[in-house]
Amino acid sequence: MAAASRGQSQSAPEPFGTFRHVRKLFELPGRPDVVAIEDISFDLPDGKLVSLLGPSGCGKTTFLKIVVGLIPASSGTIQIGGTEVREPHEDFGMAFQQPNLMPWRTVLSNVLFPMEIRRESGQSVRRRAQELLNLVGLTEFENAYPSQLSGGMQQRAALCRALVHEPKLLLMDEPFGALDELTRMEMQDLLLEIRSRTEATTMLVTHSIAEAVYLSDIVVVFSKRPAVVADFFEVGLPYPRTTAMRYSPEFTALEHRAGRALGIIR
Amino acid sequence: MRRRTYQWLYPVVGFVFILAVWQAYVDWSQISKIVLPSPADIVRTSISRYDLLLRETWPTALESIYGFALAVLIGIPMAVAIANSRVLNLSLYPILIAMQSVPKVAVAPIILVWFGLGLQSKLAIAFLVAFFPIVVDTATGLRATPQGLLELARSLKASAWQTFWKVQFPAALPFVFSGAKVAITLAVIGAVIGEFVGSVQGLGNLLLSANSQLNSPLAWAALVWLSVLGIVLFAAVALLERLLIPWASTSSH
Repeated sequence: MAAASRGQSQSAPEPFGTFRHVRKLFELPGRPDVVAIEDISFDLPDGKLVSLLGPSGCGKTTFLKIVVGLIPASSGTIQIGGTEVREPHEDFGMAFQQPNLMPWRTVLSNVLFPMEIRRESGQSVRRRAQELLNLVGLTEFENAYPSQLSGGMQQRAALCRALVHEPKLLLMDEPFGALDELTRMEMQDLLLEIRSRTEATTMLVTHSIAEAVYLSDIVVVFSKRPAVVADFFEVGLPYPRTTAMRYSPEFTALEHRAGRALGIIR
Repeated sequence: MRRRTYQWLYPVVGFVFILAVWQAYVDWSQISKIVLPSPADIVRTSISRYDLLLRETWPTALESIYGFALAVLIGIPMAVAIANSRVLNLSLYPILIAMQSVPKVAVAPIILVWFGLGLQSKLAIAFLVAFFPIVVDTATGLRATPQGLLELARSLKASAWQTFWKVQFPAALPFVFSGAKVAITLAVIGAVIGEFVGSVQGLGNLLLSANSQLNSPLAWAALVWLSVLGIVLFAAVALLERLLIPWASTSSH
């Protein structure tokens, strides 16, 4: 599947996803409407990791929810794989800010939840879930309950759950936001490692400049609310990324560019 | 571990202390057994009238358990309906609250007229008092499903039935059990109310007749057996909770 989507992107220049003039306005009873997203347009190239970087409350999570089909846009078009998104799709996988594991299910059973919803079961499905858990180092905790796991381990299990049905598009809403700095860096490397194997197109929301630059092919900088695209740039650093790159001049230059777009650096 | 042992000891020490003071007071004051039997009297009667007390325990236990079971069987589906339908919520909830505010002791004579002196009337009263906490707690639990889990289900295109059965309902189980634990103790009270109003057997009936014969030690013994029955039934529900939702108790640490 990964090779196929790669090949497709080379033969056809069509982007995997296109977003045109997406606008979102929340109507609140008895109060003036709140414009969360003013106007967002950009292309999502196939197989790339794209970060949406912006200040807290700028509407990037709202945008992600619109893309995944959880909430409708007020106007504008969202196309993924050539079709307009109106509701959640089977080929999407989502990892949330919180792990959102079900406390009554074991880790393995949580990872298998998407397959259960699709009424798919059997040895091969189970094996895939176990391979993912092995990849993130949770094999020993397959049968543990989420409450017995640390925050980082829970987030790793949630990542497996987002990937178990082999989604074409992986959406992540600040998945490492609640973790401490060291666990966070570990998780970033883990995500890159997983991506090198699955190559699903990935869109990640973050408010960390370093995280956006370190992980992404492309960084889309959102302005303060109401959000517009403040900047859009390719990172251009080769994969696999290493911790040493974080301290290279190119990396710092990109961080500066993002900082200027955010209005932190003048 | 050590701390747990101590925690267990506190109420035991307190209980023993109260019994000792009680025993000492009865011995010292020479107060009549009819007014206040001593703990020793009560224990002696509990043991010597063991057959009688055990025989009278069964009807009360059955009335409580059947009433409780009926409350669960009807209460949970009703809570599901209330939690998932705005119309049912608006129409049923006020009726439930109104029903709850009617004193069940006042309703008991009417129920006796309907169902007679046998098991059914006690079962009905036990059901009436146990019903409310089960409905309210279950409905609360069904509405308290974490938003994140509902979003997860929606992002996976889970059907309404899958969302209910695999997410909403299991998430509500701790609430269901906290309602059930209140309900089981209320069910025993309901059964005793029924026996007080009119019956031919049961611990409540025994307590009334012992009292009218001025056999206070037996009346007190019946009271002790009643509390033991309540504790045992409560413990059974708590044990069921541990077995069915072990994850709920491990999440606290």
